[in-house]
Amino acid sequence: MLDRSLVARRDRPLGAAPTSNDRARVAPAPAGVRLSLRVRGAEGLSSLGLGLAINRMSAEGERFSARLGPDEWLLGAGEAELETLEGEIAAALGDRFRSVVDVSHRNVAVEIAGPDAASALNAGCPLDLSDAAFPAGSATRTLLGKAEIVLLRPTAEPLYRVECWRSFATYVHGFLVEAARTA
Amino acid sequence: MAQPHRLPQGGRVDRATPIRFSFDGRTIEGFAGDTVASALLANGVHLVGRSFKYHRPRGILTHGSDEPSALLQVDRGPGKIDPNNRATVVEARNGLTTSSQNRWPSLAFDVGAVNDLLSSVFVAGFYYKTFMWPRSFWDKVYEPVIRAAAGLGVAPQVADPDAYANRHAHCDVLIVGAGPAGLAAALAAAKSGKRVILADEQPEFGGSLLHDTTATIDGQSAEAWRIAAIEELDGYETVTLLPRTTAFGYYNHNHVALTERVTDHRETPAKGAPRERLWQVRAGEVVLATGSHERPLVFADNDRPGVMLAESVRVFINRYGVAPGRRIVFVTSGASAYAAAADAKAAGLEVVMVDLRPERDCGPEAADLRLKGVEVLTGQTVIETKGRKRVAGLVVAPCANGTVGDRRVIACDCVGMSGGWTPAVHLFSQSRGKLAYDEGRDAFLPGVSAQAERSVGAAAGLYDLATCLTSGYAAGAAAAGVAGGRAFAASQTPTGFTPVRDLPTDANPAKVRAFVDFQNDVTAKDLKLAMREGFESIEHVKRYTTTGMATDQGKTSNMNALGIVSKALGRPLPAIGTTTFRPPYTPVTFGALVGPARDALFDPIRTTPIHEWAAEHGAAFENVALWRRAWHFARPGEDMHAAVDRECRAVREGVGIFDASTLGKIEVVGPDAAEFMNRMYVNPWTKLGVGRCRYGLMLKEDGYILDDGVVARMAEDRFHVTTTTGGAPRVMNHMEDYLQTEWPDLDVFLTSTTEQWAVIAVQGPRARDVIAPLVSGIDLSNEAFPHMSVREGAICGAPCRLFRVSFTGDLGFEINVPADYGRAVWEAVFAAGEPYGITPYGTEAMHVLRAEKGYIIVGQETDGTVTPDDVGLAGMIAKAKKDFVGKRSLARPDVVAAGRKQLVGLATETAALVLDEGAQIVADPGEPIPMTMLGHVTSSYFSANCGRSIALALVADGRALMGRTLHVTTPAGFAAATVCDPVFFDSEGGRIHA
Amino acid sequence: MLLIDCPFCGTRPETEFRCGGEAHIARPTDPSALDDGAWAEHLFVRSNPRGLHAERWIHAHGCGRWFNAVRDTYTDRFVETYKAGEQPSHPIDDARA
Repeated sequence: MLDRSLVARRDRPLGAAPTSNDRARVAPAPAGVRLSLRVRGAEGLSSLGLGLAINRMSAEGERFSARLGPDEWLLGAGEAELETLEGEIAAALGDRFRSVVDVSHRNVAVEIAGPDAASALNAGCPLDLSDAAFPAGSATRTLLGKAEIVLLRPTAEPLYRVECWRSFATYVHGFLVEAARTA
Repeated sequence: MAQPHRLPQGGRVDRATPIRFSFDGRTIEGFAGDTVASALLANGVHLVGRSFKYHRPRGILTHGSDEPSALLQVDRGPGKIDPNNRATVVEARNGLTTSSQNRWPSLAFDVGAVNDLLSSVFVAGFYYKTFMWPRSFWDKVYEPVIRAAAGLGVAPQVADPDAYANRHAHCDVLIVGAGPAGLAAALAAAKSGKRVILADEQPEFGGSLLHDTTATIDGQSAEAWRIAAIEELDGYETVTLLPRTTAFGYYNHNHVALTERVTDHRETPAKGAPRERLWQVRAGEVVLATGSHERPLVFADNDRPGVMLAESVRVFINRYGVAPGRRIVFVTSGASAYAAAADAKAAGLEVVMVDLRPERDCGPEAADLRLKGVEVLTGQTVIETKGRKRVAGLVVAPCANGTVGDRRVIACDCVGMSGGWTPAVHLFSQSRGKLAYDEGRDAFLPGVSAQAERSVGAAAGLYDLATCLTSGYAAGAAAAGVAGGRAFAASQTPTGFTPVRDLPTDANPAKVRAFVDFQNDVTAKDLKLAMREGFESIEHVKRYTTTGMATDQGKTSNMNALGIVSKALGRPLPAIGTTTFRPPYTPVTFGALVGPARDALFDPIRTTPIHEWAAEHGAAFENVALWRRAWHFARPGEDMHAAVDRECRAVREGVGIFDASTLGKIEVVGPDAAEFMNRMYVNPWTKLGVGRCRYGLMLKEDGYILDDGVVARMAEDRFHVTTTTGGAPRVMNHMEDYLQTEWPDLDVFLTSTTEQWAVIAVQGPRARDVIAPLVSGIDLSNEAFPHMSVREGAICGAPCRLFRVSFTGDLGFEINVPADYGRAVWEAVFAAGEPYGITPYGTEAMHVLRAEKGYIIVGQETDGTVTPDDVGLAGMIAKAKKDFVGKRSLARPDVVAAGRKQLVGLATETAALVLDEGAQIVADPGEPIPMTMLGHVTSSYFSANCGRSIALALVADGRALMGRTLHVTTPAGFAAATVCDPVFFDSEGGRIHA
Repeated sequence: MLLIDCPFCGTRPETEFRCGGEAHIARPTDPSALDDGAWAEHLFVRSNPRGLHAERWIHAHGCGRWFNAVRDTYTDRFVETYKAGEQPSHPIDDARA
């Protein structure tokens, strides 16, 4: 039998504490579940955010669905919800052809919030992040400096979630801290 | 007396806030609001630099960013030293250390000034003519001497400690320049409620209004209007005002780069504030209100300190309250200098006006000035200046129809000259707009726009104040897409000038030094010489004479140069054309361009979940693409060679552990997954069973190897594909390209899982023993879990995909666990392996171990021109498949031709000799040069397990040369080596199935 | 930096994209039926017009989709973008024609 002491614990790449100034706060987000869902012709369905327009997201608590392309969704949920989420996908899509791949450990999230959050992001993100161009519920893959990110704006608050691949997390986090400092 | 040349009143400086800085070790006092130039002039300092080539004394020519002469080194502290700062734009403040450039031992006594006496040697094309022979002298003598003698300023020696920020910004209307036209444009655009950015290089908005103290707009003083305009703009949330911000580059699709100087003017910058911020603005519409540059006049010794532009004299008096001279002679060919002369007179200075135009061509401004008691001479030419390091007199003479009359010397300590105006069309030209020559204004004006852009005010050749305001307002409204213009009432501006090129003179032309380009020491004579020598294209003249080059990019000199060339060639100006305007408009610091991308933020440094463990255990790392990979784990006292030998032996004799997390991984999912794999790889996939693995080889359409890696079938419709570390993005792109554009009908999706999985390779005869206690749900026996298979289960309670694969040729497992479990599982495996002497090994040992087995590494044995057969892998190709990417190319004539280079092993005659990778291979070392190259060494190591060096090589027809001795280049000559099978270890291959 | 209108995401900056060369060069359904010359033509020969050019772009750091664009190679102006598999509505200058 396996020795209990050998049970591996989950080790997130960013142990950093939040970095704050008056205008922008940068904080690594807790671990969660992320699934990459690929499916074609599912726009008619309403559950799981399948009916969202491209580059739009819906969010409730830790759950979110972001449509990143015509046939691609990034689904997020709390750490314990992997099976629940997979079950919901199965229920929503039946035997429709799709690809569901667990990327919970591939993605790392950093949050940046505050009045200067958008300006700090614009240190490395070339998109127009004004309320008109990137309103609440926006989500897209884009760039931050030399790293690819998924940028999520769940609400109208000046709070953005930056998701990147695990090995880019140190760079992305460091970039945002520096950008918040000099925004 | 401090500031003896500060006027008793006037100017925008804050006389209540004195400041001090140093210039060449001397303390200079000034006031807040001064530039370094205005403070120097207030203290009577006119000599501020030595010229580039002749080391002639130079002063302050202009009042702004077009300054070619007054270039200073500015020192704000260690690492904060910039050369080539224009004294006319550096804001004076406490604590600045400034110094003149290009002089030795001192500014007043400069040894290099001997060049001026030798000026007949240093003519146009001097470098090309002089430093030609002997060739070997160039590197050793000429270049070092030229570099020491020339140059503008000194580069700093230590790293810049300042922070630089970057900002991408978007707006509907970007307005460049906040003079009257720009302000009016901003007012109109702001009313629309759209996003407006207004940027100006000056610390204060207003442009010419900052020194046009007598102007009125709409019945109020220009100053009152300016203040109201800025207040109104400041009230809009949608308007961003950027003072101290220079738009220096206008790129495609209205992408404009600006640099904002955030803290240089502050004695104590806010903590964390960046020194500069690079703005990358994407604008819906751009309004260029960049103003114009005054032209110097070209006459003998026109570069003497104290000789400046007429409008600059006016600026120093009105804006800074400084008298650049007590007795000022203005020389002009146009009307605008009369305003300067009137203001100088009003400031209590002695003024004489010399107009080059005949009396009949002068406007009412001449009579007006005479009424103010100023002597106005018309129909004159200038022969030369008097003085040495400061102008002491101007020699003028009447001139009619080319006949020069009697000379008259006018004593003076300052000359204000004006040869007319040149619109600043740099940004317009960078935007790829077409310039059009306007004869009436003697200028190239913005013609057809290439982008959503409008030029207004002086930048469009409109010099009258009311016209500037009206054109600016109309352009601002139009850019914002709103209707309505409005007319402005403003005081009249004296405009119009007669173009002059070089001034007529009765002096010996061989002795006249009339400067056209002050920064590069180019005279009218140099330009004429270039044309006599056959240079006619303006681009050639520019490069040959260097006119218009260097940090000022010819802002003051270009039109004079063009005019002289045009006159000398007898061709109209438009036929000469202009040289190309390129970014940046003014010099930009490297810091601004680099922004945050330095040190840890220079590039993302990708590390694996096991990286910290490796670092803690003494790993040296190597860069593989953006990854840092553990290279070897040298123990104290061990060199790399010994460490790699030990690591290699440990794997063969016991067990080693290796971090393979960087391998690319792609999840290929869908009912057509096997069909897709069939088309992408040379191998057959249809019959690969679930739970089985296969080594996959991927080609480009040209038949050459693109990548390789083990592929596992996790389910009927799901493959776990691995790629090389560096090839991961390439393979993903390659697959997506075919899937989306050639076979969109296939029901397959691809997802990168490279970073989802940490991969721990456990390799060696004891590998099974080590992991067995940790794995649950998987039968590890050889029968149940043979080589090249995969199982899903758990290790240390973490879900895992366990591969039984080997890149060492020994029994091996690759444990894939979700990345966050990587380090914990690694530590558990390492602990479980300690009784077996488990040894962490790095990429170098991995390379040696695979080379012992003759396994290729893509990018090492292959270089984009290598086919499967070249590396002995033709057997991988599925014969039954009708098609796959690259198949057709394998039948191309050059691919099937004999004589292709083939992968072989090389065994050196001297067993200890490790060949150089990349070394060339020949059959006969005695063959005369050029020798016949047979191929090259692709991999070469010392193998502890083989007790000798081993090498892989690509050799023409290599497989037919087994046993032959060939010769490989070495630093000492050639080494003999025998062609052998590329498998050096366990050639029967039994160990892998243990 | 160009602005490119992704058919799925709208106008985005060039840094999010990569260009994949000339568009509308379909892979032959049966490459083995082509002789060496025809195959070499397919592999290597591309038009290089001064003017309108149909080319492939991928919104690599966006939706990840390949699409086509008609760009003026002289002015860098994009005349139109359209999804993979569709045809341009503008006539293309083809240097080979």
